[in-house]
Amino acid sequence: MSASFDVDRRATSAQHEALAGAWGDKPGLVGWLSTVDHKRVGVRFIVTAFGFFVAAGVLAAIMRWQLARPDNHLVGPDLYNQLFTMHGTTMMFLFAVPMMLAVGVYFVPLVVGTRNIAFPRMNAFAYYIYLFGGLMLYAAFLLDTGPDAGWFSYTPLAGPQYSAGKRVDFWAQLVTFTEISSLLVAIQLITTVLKLRAPGMALQRIPLFAWAMMVTSFMVIFAMPSVMFASTSLITDRLVGTHFFNHAEGGDSVLWQHLFWFFGHPEVYIIFVPALGMMSSIISTFARRPIFGHLVMVLSLVTTGFLGFGLWVHHMFATDVPELGKSFFTAVSMMIAIPTALQIFNWTVTLWTGKLVFRTPLLFVLAFFFILLIGGLTGLMLGSVPLDLQIHDTYFVVAHLHYVLIGGSVFPLFGAFYYWFPKMTGRMLSERLGKWNFWLFFIGFNVAFFPMHILGLRGMPRRVYTYPTEMGWGELNFVATLGATTIALSVALFVVNVVRSVRHGAVAGDNPWNSPTLEWATASPPGPYNFARIPVVGAREPLWDPGGIRGHVTGLADDKPELLVTSVVDAEPDHRFLFPGPSIWPFLTAVATTAMLVASVFTPWAVVWGSIPVVVTMIGWFWPKRRDTEASLALERKP
Amino acid sequence: MNRSRPEAASFDVSALPSYAFGHRSLMWWATFGVVLIEGTVFALAIVAYFYLRTRNANWPPGVLAPGLLFGTLNTVVMLASGIPNEWTRRRARKEDLRAVQIGMFVCLAFAVVFLTLRVFEFRSLNVAWDTNAYGSAVWMLLGLHTVHLVTDALDTVVLAVLMVTGPIEGKRFVDVSENAEYWWFVILAWLPIYGVIYLVPHLWPA
Repeated sequence: MSASFDVDRRATSAQHEALAGAWGDKPGLVGWLSTVDHKRVGVRFIVTAFGFFVAAGVLAAIMRWQLARPDNHLVGPDLYNQLFTMHGTTMMFLFAVPMMLAVGVYFVPLVVGTRNIAFPRMNAFAYYIYLFGGLMLYAAFLLDTGPDAGWFSYTPLAGPQYSAGKRVDFWAQLVTFTEISSLLVAIQLITTVLKLRAPGMALQRIPLFAWAMMVTSFMVIFAMPSVMFASTSLITDRLVGTHFFNHAEGGDSVLWQHLFWFFGHPEVYIIFVPALGMMSSIISTFARRPIFGHLVMVLSLVTTGFLGFGLWVHHMFATDVPELGKSFFTAVSMMIAIPTALQIFNWTVTLWTGKLVFRTPLLFVLAFFFILLIGGLTGLMLGSVPLDLQIHDTYFVVAHLHYVLIGGSVFPLFGAFYYWFPKMTGRMLSERLGKWNFWLFFIGFNVAFFPMHILGLRGMPRRVYTYPTEMGWGELNFVATLGATTIALSVALFVVNVVRSVRHGAVAGDNPWNSPTLEWATASPPGPYNFARIPVVGAREPLWDPGGIRGHVTGLADDKPELLVTSVVDAEPDHRFLFPGPSIWPFLTAVATTAMLVASVFTPWAVVWGSIPVVVTMIGWFWPKRRDTEASLALERKP
Repeated sequence: MNRSRPEAASFDVSALPSYAFGHRSLMWWATFGVVLIEGTVFALAIVAYFYLRTRNANWPPGVLAPGLLFGTLNTVVMLASGIPNEWTRRRARKEDLRAVQIGMFVCLAFAVVFLTLRVFEFRSLNVAWDTNAYGSAVWMLLGLHTVHLVTDALDTVVLAVLMVTGPIEGKRFVDVSENAEYWWFVILAWLPIYGVIYLVPHLWPA
């Protein structure tokens, strides 16, 4: 597309060099730890989250081998409890949410046409605190102190009486780590979308992916505090003798369930809504036309965000919640199908009227329709109280949640990875390996999880480490294990594909798929400054529309990390802003915070003395350097 | 902006200011995000309190209701701190360095008073955190709010010292303005918490 040349290639090489100096990092370990480039931090986020995905997958594989035949004794009940708790906790807290936000961290600034994410040092801190939290959990697990009360740690099982020792404390503290990280990233993404858009990208021109990430971020802000509050109450019950969940002293364990699911259900949408944004990007590109009904798509995303908060009690139909209340939650559970149905309708029209290009990203997207449909149908079944009471806590639920989460998120995510990999690395992933990756995943997934519906209907409870031969569950469990093995093979092929393609893949160029959005208007991979010239946007599909890029911004410093802040609604240029450069302080603050949080598992006083290094490092982070202030004063212009 | 030459349309932004106050600034959005998050936490802690109230036959269960003196006195002090705080915020927008320095230290004097009174508040709750679930909920509410008072005071100390020692630039006044807005959040969030901790056990016992 000629548009990309307009924006970037006309910049002189001196300009590129100056910009690289202004936005780049110093070499060496300290430089590596100090980076605030959203792309470098984003890649670390993505790689780390993928590492946890593989780790949790290995745990799942061990569980599947254990269940492959009746009366198996590969692992005992104690380890099995840790395995399923670690699997669920890792997938939800260390893979799904961080991965979705990580894709946002990498791509949102590019999609909206700016040079870095808002609050880039906070972004680096968010990554380190997430990494350290995950490492803490796995260190505990390897020392046989892995949490074992399920990923939602129901009280009283998770309380001090039935879960003595440190296992659940590490779970509760992990929640603190990951939620701090997610909440900070949410603030960054909202601010980036609302204030750092390229001029001209008025509200009606924001790409659907950016909308999806913004809706997700707002959901994070209102949902995550609930689980933080819950896990803090749990850990004080366990460590300092509060009684929030202790019936003997007026506490109540259903309070735990309310607090947990007020986070836990929106969580599903926090994982699902970014995937919807990825779907829209991919479908539009591979159907070679804009998404049908853009406004309806935006409103559907926002509606999903709101309704997602009205569903939490449908996880609690087996408790003493009033029956009338339950019917309200059944109604909302049905209602949330409407915005999703609207989006699926619009995608169908887009695909129907488009010229389809069957590359790997599109295959993953088409699988979404099939798998999510099944997951959605079983969701309707579980959403009705009488049926739910029948199949509660059986493998039917396990089947349903994997259809929804893997179909609704992991398939689009793989699609997105094939789609955006060329932008991140400058090289294409192999199509041939990609097709193998896809088909093995698709077949393996259905072979692994479809039989679980039947197992659940035949009464197999979830979270049992083994079962007697007479129950007759052996064959289907064996089939499920074959499917799980196929998935493992597929993921292994994906890793091979990535490792090979990073070095030997076909060179991608700026815009290999001929996509419409701004991230494709710069080099692959983009320089540290993303865009040598900030584009001025004139259409919703800037790279497809002849008037899509009306020109570019001048007057920003090339030799300093300066960028443009625009207005919320119309993206009118508002002021210039000198961005904070690389700094080691976010890393040091994360180390200090980690020390405090881990030590507080062992003594509550750590919250007091442990906060001193946190305060010191934060002051170091905040305190302006004279040199930076001078640079800023040189560019200063009062409002 | 130069829109006359469509071919090489360049939009010169060099004349724009290098910072801005209020919701135009990025800092406002960060503060706004933090306020949303922490406001949600406060709301959840209050919901948990009332939820536990429905699960107990008596409220407060088997203990005296909190003494009103220190909590009420502290509410007055916190609200009064709004006056120097608002004055500081407005002077910061005018970039009046001297006034900002004075205003911030006056606010800190108030912080010393309300943090001291807070110690007495904990002592007048008439319940410990490990007495029963009511005690846990009350201590959680007061504890959460105290964490905010402490962090807000620390933020203000650091910023006040910086405004005295430098290095100063225009952007720092945006920081002062945002700090003052956060201060407003912390003292206004206290009002519903005060109502729950102190008034509910007296006016609406069970």
